[in-house]
Amino acid sequence: MSGPLLLGVRHHGPGSARAVRRALEAAGPAAVLVEGPPEADALVELAADDDMRPPVALLAHVVDEPGKSAFWPFAEFSPEWVAIDWALRHGVPVRFIDLPAAHTLAMRARPPRPGRTDPIGALAEVAGYDDPERWWEDVVEHREGEAFTALGEAMAALREAHEAHEAHQAHETQEAHKACETHKACEIQECPGDSVDPDTGWNAVDDHDLVREAYMRLQVRAARREFGDDVAVVCGAWHVPALRRRTTVAADRALLKGLPKAKVDMTWVPWTHRRLARAGGYGAGIESPGWYRHLFEVPDRPVERWLTKVAGLLREEGRIVSSAHVIEAVRLADTLAALRGRPLAGLGETTDAVRAVLCEGSDVPLALIHDRLVVGDVLGEVPEAAPAVPLQRDLSRTQRSLRLKPAALEKELDLDLRGDTDAARSRLLHRLRLLGVHWGEPADSARGSTGTFRETWRLRWEPELSVRVAEAGVWGTTVLGAATARAESDAVAAEALTDVTALAERCLLAGLPDALPTVMRVLADRAALDADVGHLAQALPALVRSLRYGDVRGTDTGALAEVAAGLAERVFVGLPPACAGLDADAATQMRGHVDAVHAAVALLEETGLRERWRTVLRSLAVREGTAGEVRGRCARLLLDEGELADDETARLMGLALSPGTPPAEAAAWIEGFVGGGSGGGLLLVHDERLLALVDGWLMEVSPDAFTDVLPLLRRTFSAYDAGVRRTLGELVRRGPAASGAATALTGIPHGFAEELNPARADAVVPVVRMLLGAGAGAGAGAGVAA
Amino acid sequence: MTVSIEDQAALRPHAENAFADELAALAAQDDRPRPARWRLSPWAVATYLLGGTLPDGTVISPKYVGPRRIVEVAVTTLATDRALLLLGVPGTAKTWVSEHLAAAVSGDSTLLVQGTAGTPEEAIRYGWNYAQLLAHGPSRNALVPSPIMRAMAEGMTARVEELTRIPADVQDTLITILSEKTLPIAELGEEVQAVRGFNLIATANDRDRGVNDLSSALRRRFNTVVLPLPESVEAEVDIVSRRVEQVGRSLELPAVPDGVDEIRRVVTVFRELRDGVTTDGRTKVKSPSGTLSTAEAISVVTNGLALSTHFGDGMLRPSDVAAGILGAVVRDPAADRVVWQEYLEAVVRERDGWKDFYRACREVSA
Repeated sequence: MSGPLLLGVRHHGPGSARAVRRALEAAGPAAVLVEGPPEADALVELAADDDMRPPVALLAHVVDEPGKSAFWPFAEFSPEWVAIDWALRHGVPVRFIDLPAAHTLAMRARPPRPGRTDPIGALAEVAGYDDPERWWEDVVEHREGEAFTALGEAMAALREAHEAHEAHQAHETQEAHKACETHKACEIQECPGDSVDPDTGWNAVDDHDLVREAYMRLQVRAARREFGDDVAVVCGAWHVPALRRRTTVAADRALLKGLPKAKVDMTWVPWTHRRLARAGGYGAGIESPGWYRHLFEVPDRPVERWLTKVAGLLREEGRIVSSAHVIEAVRLADTLAALRGRPLAGLGETTDAVRAVLCEGSDVPLALIHDRLVVGDVLGEVPEAAPAVPLQRDLSRTQRSLRLKPAALEKELDLDLRGDTDAARSRLLHRLRLLGVHWGEPADSARGSTGTFRETWRLRWEPELSVRVAEAGVWGTTVLGAATARAESDAVAAEALTDVTALAERCLLAGLPDALPTVMRVLADRAALDADVGHLAQALPALVRSLRYGDVRGTDTGALAEVAAGLAERVFVGLPPACAGLDADAATQMRGHVDAVHAAVALLEETGLRERWRTVLRSLAVREGTAGEVRGRCARLLLDEGELADDETARLMGLALSPGTPPAEAAAWIEGFVGGGSGGGLLLVHDERLLALVDGWLMEVSPDAFTDVLPLLRRTFSAYDAGVRRTLGELVRRGPAASGAATALTGIPHGFAEELNPARADAVVPVVRMLLGAGAGAGAGAGVAA
Repeated sequence: MTVSIEDQAALRPHAENAFADELAALAAQDDRPRPARWRLSPWAVATYLLGGTLPDGTVISPKYVGPRRIVEVAVTTLATDRALLLLGVPGTAKTWVSEHLAAAVSGDSTLLVQGTAGTPEEAIRYGWNYAQLLAHGPSRNALVPSPIMRAMAEGMTARVEELTRIPADVQDTLITILSEKTLPIAELGEEVQAVRGFNLIATANDRDRGVNDLSSALRRRFNTVVLPLPESVEAEVDIVSRRVEQVGRSLELPAVPDGVDEIRRVVTVFRELRDGVTTDGRTKVKSPSGTLSTAEAISVVTNGLALSTHFGDGMLRPSDVAAGILGAVVRDPAADRVVWQEYLEAVVRERDGWKDFYRACREVSA
């Protein structure tokens, strides 16, 4: 062999992977060089470990700053992975030849990512494809033959064009500069040329690539010295011409001179298909890892097998899909491919076929197929021997700085959140809980303190928590980053509205301001789509609570307040229709919702909302068709708010208890108005007019109906304190007319003599002293409500 | 068959007549393989519908403006001799597409069965000429073939409009035709076998599908293509204003100078409620039970125009369209009213420049 075997691939392309395997089998090189950080050379043996299951990623991070990191993901269909796997199986040495992560990370450049300059896109455009992925599929992935040589040549042509383009650009820049000089007002900084070219998306300054390629060339040279010419290089197709180019060692060294360097640690971390699919951040930007994996795995007939898989999934989900369906889908996909002039049906054709034949034109099951199959739920595994993940290091560091040692022995920890250290400890524990690392569990305070600035935790470090930390490593490299990512993901996956509000609360507790926008967005979306006012009403109190709690912690809660206000608005709109046509149980539940919303609205800052809430209450209180219990409750809330004049209250009650109302409905109204622990009994004791109304109504209830309403009334009145009940009884026995007359005549309330009786007065003094706290006052219940 | 009076243009010519030039040009240039009895290759059929320029410079006008994928799947379905079901809300050009498909594939779009609640089995199978039947007894001469029977015998494309309006038992007669590709004539002890090239395009409304839902046995015989609503606000505003202008002219309403803003507003409201999300993609909203198709937007605007002309100052104002929108949105008085009010409070109230509209809507909904 005359030189190294250059295998230009598309990262994560299954067709490339197969071609690489075939080429390696055929050539049997003495060493395999792979595009990747050389720091990983020491870890490459782990790839052959039995417990290693792709997708996995090489993770490099700066030792002191775990947040600064880069990933090199590998799926089982990645050509690089296939090359590594082949080499380890055949006992052939593997070297990574890309620029060391030490430089990459120190340069603060983004991690090397394929497709930054989009050569494939350009080639596809030339070939008349609107979608580069499809072009690649047709030319390489679906082709069994040798494509490396042709591809290398195409890339060389492209790079020439690219460099010419750059030269042209430079020329234009000079022109532009000249223009700038003539127009003095124009600012030099805004000259084109040193930014991304909008036409092609190519970064006009590709210094980073040049440096990387210089390093790769040096590495290839070194390998050839060590293993002879018989080495194979697996790298992105874009780099092939550069590696073939003849340059001097000195020139390459010159390019590498003076690169900044950082101390870097490297390890393997488990990866997921979803992360491969994610375009931004650390994702590899492959839209269909599940489909690629399928292409790579199946021995033959990929379309037939894929559609059978889809049919299986749809059957699991309870859709009726017969083999005849699958047959028709295969035919449609094949014919579509022919119509579109493609050699083999690709993902686009199969998806269209699935939609038309298996899903009856609907996109809903299609979304499921995309999620489960096209992307897929594959989670990689990494052997235990892999070095610790940076998350673990970050955790250890935080534990040290917060003086919070992990210990197997259970211990209770009291935190005073006003102190910085304690607040940080609390945040750490909350974040870990979000990540599924249950080191601390919130406990009831031993001191019985219930202040919002106190927290009590029960700490216990179990050995398996280390495993949990390692697992949580997929979420990020720092506890903060990981918890944020996890919270965001949880929010999107959450099913019930209340889950999301609870999550919002936890985000505040854990101090994750960056996760809040996502959580809030999800919350707003869920609230908008939830048609059950009950859910909304349940969610509101938790949200308002977090709002107030956030205030205590000094978090910015603007977004939260906005969402809370929006939620309240929706409740206001939805509540009146939801209160109509309820049975007794539902009405009781709804009364609870009304109470909860009332309490929550009172805590909200925006006073306009309170005004609107009163309007809602008012309309509910008088609306026909609204459940009696809810109506009564609304009237009562309005009365407590001072919104109802006394006459008005009496009028409402009179209406509700008039003979035209069915007795059960009236009894429910009474329950709503004075029932429960709301101090309704005292209201009746003090407002004799209301009592008279109730009394009068009760007298008029027919015997049959009386039996019906008795249980409800008993429930209402039996909840009162014995004293209240007795007073009520006495008042009723005396009759409303008599008491009214007595009060009117003398101005002295019933039950009091005209003159003071000192002996009896002295007897109550100790009780009054106790109530006022002058005596041994603790524990005296303040049972008197307004 | 079509009765055409010489020298007198039909009010609406059939697709194969109106676009005869384009079809001829395509047929002349088309060198790709054609399925049996197809006038054009699948590729040429797709080009006919989507428009394009032929190598010799003939410009083919687009018949359907929408995703390419949809036309490709539809044409391919016909090529695999599976029946095609076009689904969509009213006003999404289902009939239009089916007519042009039939015209391009078979050169004849007139083999049509219009589905109604009263469509009898004879309309799908065959009927009898009773005079003949009584005079000569049952024979092929006394038989009156349905358009579908003729399509089967001649290898043409048949069309069934509004499939879901046809009673379920009559729908079921299609099952044999589509699966066995044969139509038995029990009275004569004969059958008509479909020759190659026969296929069927059905259209159905997927919104009020409650009419006569397809049985799964029948559904299985179709490949389904859903025709979507216009993709962008601009496209829809364009369609609505063009159509409103046409309607307005026929009703002799004066042209409105400043109507585009209101039209855009109506279209925006309809789209947002239909899609369940605001155009900026930031707020989700509930969708009402009505269809809110482009056709309905057109009718709301036309209504508003009439209002403003006869009762207003001749300018299209928010108050002119508010009542129409309310009527279109609130179909189910209980559930839709909540949807509408939520939308008003959560979206319309906050939006810049929509104050008048908000007020007008509050007035009519109160």
